[in-house]
Parts: sequence; structure tokens; C-alpha cells
Amino acid sequence: MSTETQEVVKSNEPLFSKKNRRLMSTPLNDDNPITVQVLGICSALAITVKLEPAIVMSISVFFVLAAGNVIISLMRNLIPNRIRIIVQLVVVASLVILVDQTLKAFLYDVSKQLSVFVGLIITNCIIMGRFEAFALGNTPWKSFLDAVGNAAGYGWILITVAFFRELLGSGQLFGIDLLGNATEGTGVYALGYVNNGMMLLPPMALIVVALIIWVQRSRNKELIEE
Amino acid sequence: MKFIQNLLDKARPAVTTGKLKPLYPLHNAIETLMFVPAHTTHSGSHVRDSIDLKRTMFTVIIALLPAVLFGMWNTGYWHNIAIGNESATLIDNVLYGATKLLPMIIVTYVFGLGVEIFFSYVRKHPVNEGFLVSGMLIPLIMPADIPLWMVAVSTVFAVLIGKEVFGGTGMNILNPALTARAFAFFAYPTFMSGDKVWIGGLTSGEGVVDGFSGATALGQYAAGVDAPMIGSHALDFNNAFLGLIPGSMGETSALAILIGALYLIYTGIGSWKIMLSGVLGAIVMGLTFNAFAEYAISPEQISFMSMPWYYHLVYGGFAFGIVFMSTDPVSAAQTERGKWIYGFLVGIFCIMIRVFNPAYPEGVMLAILFMNVMAPLIDHYVIQSNVKKRNKRAELATAKA
Repeated sequence: MSTETQEVVKSNEPLFSKKNRRLMSTPLNDDNPITVQVLGICSALAITVKLEPAIVMSISVFFVLAAGNVIISLMRNLIPNRIRIIVQLVVVASLVILVDQTLKAFLYDVSKQLSVFVGLIITNCIIMGRFEAFALGNTPWKSFLDAVGNAAGYGWILITVAFFRELLGSGQLFGIDLLGNATEGTGVYALGYVNNGMMLLPPMALIVVALIIWVQRSRNKELIEE
Repeated sequence: MKFIQNLLDKARPAVTTGKLKPLYPLHNAIETLMFVPAHTTHSGSHVRDSIDLKRTMFTVIIALLPAVLFGMWNTGYWHNIAIGNESATLIDNVLYGATKLLPMIIVTYVFGLGVEIFFSYVRKHPVNEGFLVSGMLIPLIMPADIPLWMVAVSTVFAVLIGKEVFGGTGMNILNPALTARAFAFFAYPTFMSGDKVWIGGLTSGEGVVDGFSGATALGQYAAGVDAPMIGSHALDFNNAFLGLIPGSMGETSALAILIGALYLIYTGIGSWKIMLSGVLGAIVMGLTFNAFAEYAISPEQISFMSMPWYYHLVYGGFAFGIVFMSTDPVSAAQTERGKWIYGFLVGIFCIMIRVFNPAYPEGVMLAILFMNVMAPLIDHYVIQSNVKKRNKRAELATAKA
């Protein structure tokens, strides 16, 4: 493969060279998996009603993506090209089962809230996309940095969306009443404030993501298509 | 008026070239609203028609006036029935309605135009009159008791997400006024649906007659009532046609809306094709339900489906929606044949949602929003079929030659 020759040339590269740091920083903004590549939208809609599941989801995706990217990268010269998707699936599936079992053992409540969406990490396009586009052609260290960048890019969108949805939809953050108790009518609820029920519905997640994209594009002119 | 003209003239140098340039959109907005500005064509030769956006919008406002005035009176009428004050005069009713409707109109205009002016300022283009009608429609499709801040939030959401995101007036895919209502409906369902919200003063419960229920006619039909009543007031066809039923503030009177519709059709502002095909769609669906009523499963559904088809035309927001919302020239279908299809499907879906979905006794809002989204698709196929037809004709012509 052509990438091997590149490797030999760049083997003396420092661990956090400028190029390597770019691997981590571009997915946060210019090449964000959700807002620019529009991948992993299903989970962004489904588990961003509350902050806690969103954070657990981000960490799970980070783990699966980082470990998967490194494993695929290590095996990249051994995987026959024709069956690479199957190999990738086996790797993701095993990692997802690990995450699922860990969540069930230690964070049972969150695991119940996430329900099928932990299992559906397997079908998260970001993960297969990074395996195909990056890990198959790069060294383990670079693949790891790429995974960190992409998982962080995915995570910060998820957490931002969940922050607004939980705050405006339930008046809480991490399940703690911030605006007063809605049923007892204390705090701002005494003034006539009412939680926004639409924030709890999936369409609002799309709209919040859309607003993030809007802000991002108005600040980053390079992203605007002709 | 001369005084305002002088003031605007005096301010012109400052906002066009001077220090206050950011305020130009505001200056322009006030000027175009109050006077005919001295705009001239800059290049080429064009014919300038006097029917500009401002006049179009004001025509719709005039068409809305019967519904506005009747809505004010009706809001007070039902409030006074609810508190047992049957001897209330016309003035009492209108005054009560005005205290509900006028603040809402002010709030929608202040917040909606606020967002519009902000975006005009950021995008450096003049404010246009697109919000004039939306700002009037929003209060008319809200229940009387909804808190004003909810109206404000819904208006800002509608202008922002329904309109400015897509590029402002003329670019929106959804009707902004209905977007505001849909937002309020899903965000604050307790203030937008149920038995209490449709009559002013009922949610607070102050002075309300014991055991008084404000369920709307459609709500009662959905619950299996055959002849809906509120107290001793029948919600029958005649009363519904005149508008003597509870509901959103401007939507109840089919008669007032009909007057507005005739004015819109006469002036050519509203598309009679959409209105007519919408009514036809509702009639077809109503007749279908009548025919198949006996096959419904639950007794509630049997009674709702066997409701005479013409009742559908006067109850709820159907008349208001079909006349003032579905004919929105931006979000409706643009092609002439497309308008027939679009209107017809609005009618069909409205009645279908009403009868089949127990969560929504009224379906016109969702039907129109859904068809707004589908309108470009309808236009696309109408245009494609026309292209195909003409291609065929051209082929025939060349074959002959």
C-alpha cells in the first residue's frame, strides 16, 4: 500500500507535530462529524433530551472509536481488502458489547435510558467512516489522534444540544432543578414560566443542531458552499 | 402627516451617508409604511406596478378586519357566558375581547418586527412588509388566555426558524404564522389544547359558573357527543357559521371569514383555486367519512364520522386556515395546476387528521404545514409533466416536417 512508504519517511515525526495536532482539531470545527459531515445524527436526536446520557454516550463513542481505530490500524496490512467491512464490523461489535456490558454493570440507570442506542453505536456512521477513511491507511498513533478529534467533535455537539434541551425542556441540568420546581411552582415557575415541551421532542434536537450549524457557518466562511 | 414626512426627510442624510447608517433599515421601514417613497428604477426599463408588497399585505389586513372585529366580540361573548353574565352588552364583549387581542397584536408586532429589523440590519437590506400579515394572523389563531410571553417566544421562533433561516420574506417554505402556532402547540400543550383554553378567563377559573365546561364543538364530537352544547348554548351549524362558538380568537366565524375571502378573491390577492379546491377536498373527505361511518370501531368514532359533512366547513379553524393560511403566496404551490392539487390535499388531510387522530381534534394547522412542505414537490411534477407534454408536441411537429 502506498501509505507504508509515507510511514517510513515520517517515522521521526514528533508525537504532537503540527500535522498530528490538526488531526485532533479539525473535527472540532472545520470537519465536524455532525455539523459538517452530517453523520451520527440519529443518536444526536435520540439521546440528547438529558445531559447525563449525552455525556455517557459521548464517552462510549470515544472509547469504541479510539480502540477500534487503533485495532484496525494495527491490522491494516493484514486485512484482505474484500472482507474489510466484515472485519471492521466484528471489531466494532466486540467493542460495543464491552461498552454495553460495562454500562449495565456500573451505570444501570443510564444504560436503561440509552436503551438500544448503545447497541446502535455499531451503525454510527462516524465509526465505520473513520475506519474506512483513516485507520485503514494510517499508523496507530495517528489513528488514535483522529479518533480523539472525531469523538470530541461528536461529543461537544451532543453535549451542547443536550444542555439546551434539558435546561429549556425540563428546567434541569443533570437532573437537578435549576429553575425551581415545576410541579410545586417555585422559582421562576412562580412567575408563570413554563417548560418548553417541544424541546423534549426529537425535531427540536434537529433545530438546535441546525442553529449550531448556522452559528458555525456564519463564523467560518470556508464552510459555505457556492 | 406632514410633520412625520419632515422628520423623515431631516433624518435622511444622517442614515444614508452619515453616522447613523445602521439605522437605515428602520428609517426605510417607517417611510415605506407611511408614504410612497420616491424609488425609481436604476437601470434598464421596467414597468413598475403600483401593487407592491405593501399594498398586497394591506389588502390582506383589510380582508382580516371582519374576523378581527368579530373575534374581539366573540371572545368577550363567551367569557361573559362563562362567568354567568348573560346580560353583557355588545360594548362589554368587545372591550373584554380587546383586552385580550390588542396586547397580543402589540407583542407579536414588537417581537416579530424586532427580529426582522435585526436581520435587515445584519444583512444590510431594507425591512420589507412581509411580517405585517403574519403579525396579525398569529394573535387570531391563538387562544385568548395564552400568556403573552409564550406568544412572544413563538413569534420569535417562527420568524427565526420559519423565515430568516431560509433567507427572509419570500424564501420561507412554511407559513410563519402557522409555524408560530405549531411551536406554541407542541411547546406549551396545556395552554393550546383541551377544554379550558378556548374561552377567555376559564383557565384562571375566576368567577366561572360551577360545572361550566368549555369543550369546543370538535372536541365534543371527538368525545362522542352528538349535539354539542355549552350550557344552554347549542354549537350547531347556524351558530358555527355565524361564529358563536368558542375557539381561537379570529377563527370562529365562517361568515366573517367568507367576507374576507370574497374581498381577497375580488382583489386577486388570494388564490380562489386553492380556496375552492380546499373546500372540495374537505367535502370529499367528509362525504367519505359519512359513507363509511358504520364501519368505525369505537362509538365515539362512529358519531364523529357520521357528523354531517358540511359541519366540517364551519367548525374549528378550517375556514380561517383555508382562506388566510393555505393561500399564502410564498409557501403554497406556485403553478396553477399545482394549486388545485395543493388545496385539495389540504382539505383532505385536515378532515382526516380531525377525525382519525384523537390527539388532535383540529387538523387544519398540521394539514397546511404538511402541504407547505410538499408544495415544491407538487410544482416540480406539474412543471415536469408540462415539459414532457411540450416535448412530445415538438417531436410531433418535427416528425411531420
